[in-house]
Amino acid sequence: MSLVFWILAALTVFGALAAVTLKNTVHCALAVTVAFAGLALFYLQLDAQFAGFAQILVYIGAVAILVVFAILLTRGSETPKDGIFSPSWFAGTTVAAAVFGVLGWAIIQSIHVLPHQTATPSVSVKQIGDSLLGRYVLPLEIVALLLTAALVGAVIVAMHEKGEPK
Amino acid sequence: MTPLAGYLLVAALVFAIGLAGALTRRNAILVLIGIELMLNAANLNLIAFWRYGPHPELLTGMMFAVFSIAVAAAEAAVGLGLVISIYRHTRTTDIDQMNRMKG
Repeated sequence: MSLVFWILAALTVFGALAAVTLKNTVHCALAVTVAFAGLALFYLQLDAQFAGFAQILVYIGAVAILVVFAILLTRGSETPKDGIFSPSWFAGTTVAAAVFGVLGWAIIQSIHVLPHQTATPSVSVKQIGDSLLGRYVLPLEIVALLLTAALVGAVIVAMHEKGEPK
Repeated sequence: MTPLAGYLLVAALVFAIGLAGALTRRNAILVLIGIELMLNAANLNLIAFWRYGPHPELLTGMMFAVFSIAVAAAEAAVGLGLVISIYRHTRTTDIDQMNRMKG
């Protein structure tokens, strides 16, 4: 395991931890942006440049901005008086720890049968374009339809209703 | 430890943190952030398996991750639209106070 891997792992995990534990909601949004950036750097390190830059564009460029807008529109950055965690926080944490335990146990058990190809895959933009418009053309069209539907749906859901005071 | 196992462990940890956030936070926006973290952890698994598995030239795992990123963006837009809509009705984003289904 290289040093870069450990730095990126620490960045991602601390960003994610800060995002779920900080009190101020705006700080949480900034921390989750750090976690997204760490994951994008992971993708770059795994030779998936296209996915890495898509992650930077979509998550850091769009989703993080969307989250900040939603926080400001709902005034959610005000910290509630009776704590930021729900009363059943202990059960939730236990479930999450159990899930991590099972996943980690499964990974450790299967460590000898995991595939390990050392050859670096060389992916050109031409290859990605060919496969997007060849083998994966149907999923591409479905994603285009889904994004259009989500765009219209999000606007309709968040739109002011008629006769409702603003 | 092989590199792939390291990536899988990091992804499992991020998934667990996202699950803990989605289950324990009271603010609906932070529950959505937890769900986004879980989706991202799954994407890291897909790309790590693509990189270290056989036949990376088929681009299967990377394309799956790219489509997953697109679907997650649509999910975030609709989810935050719903949160804003609920806030307009109830003046709160606290999930514990959203305990009725009447509009």
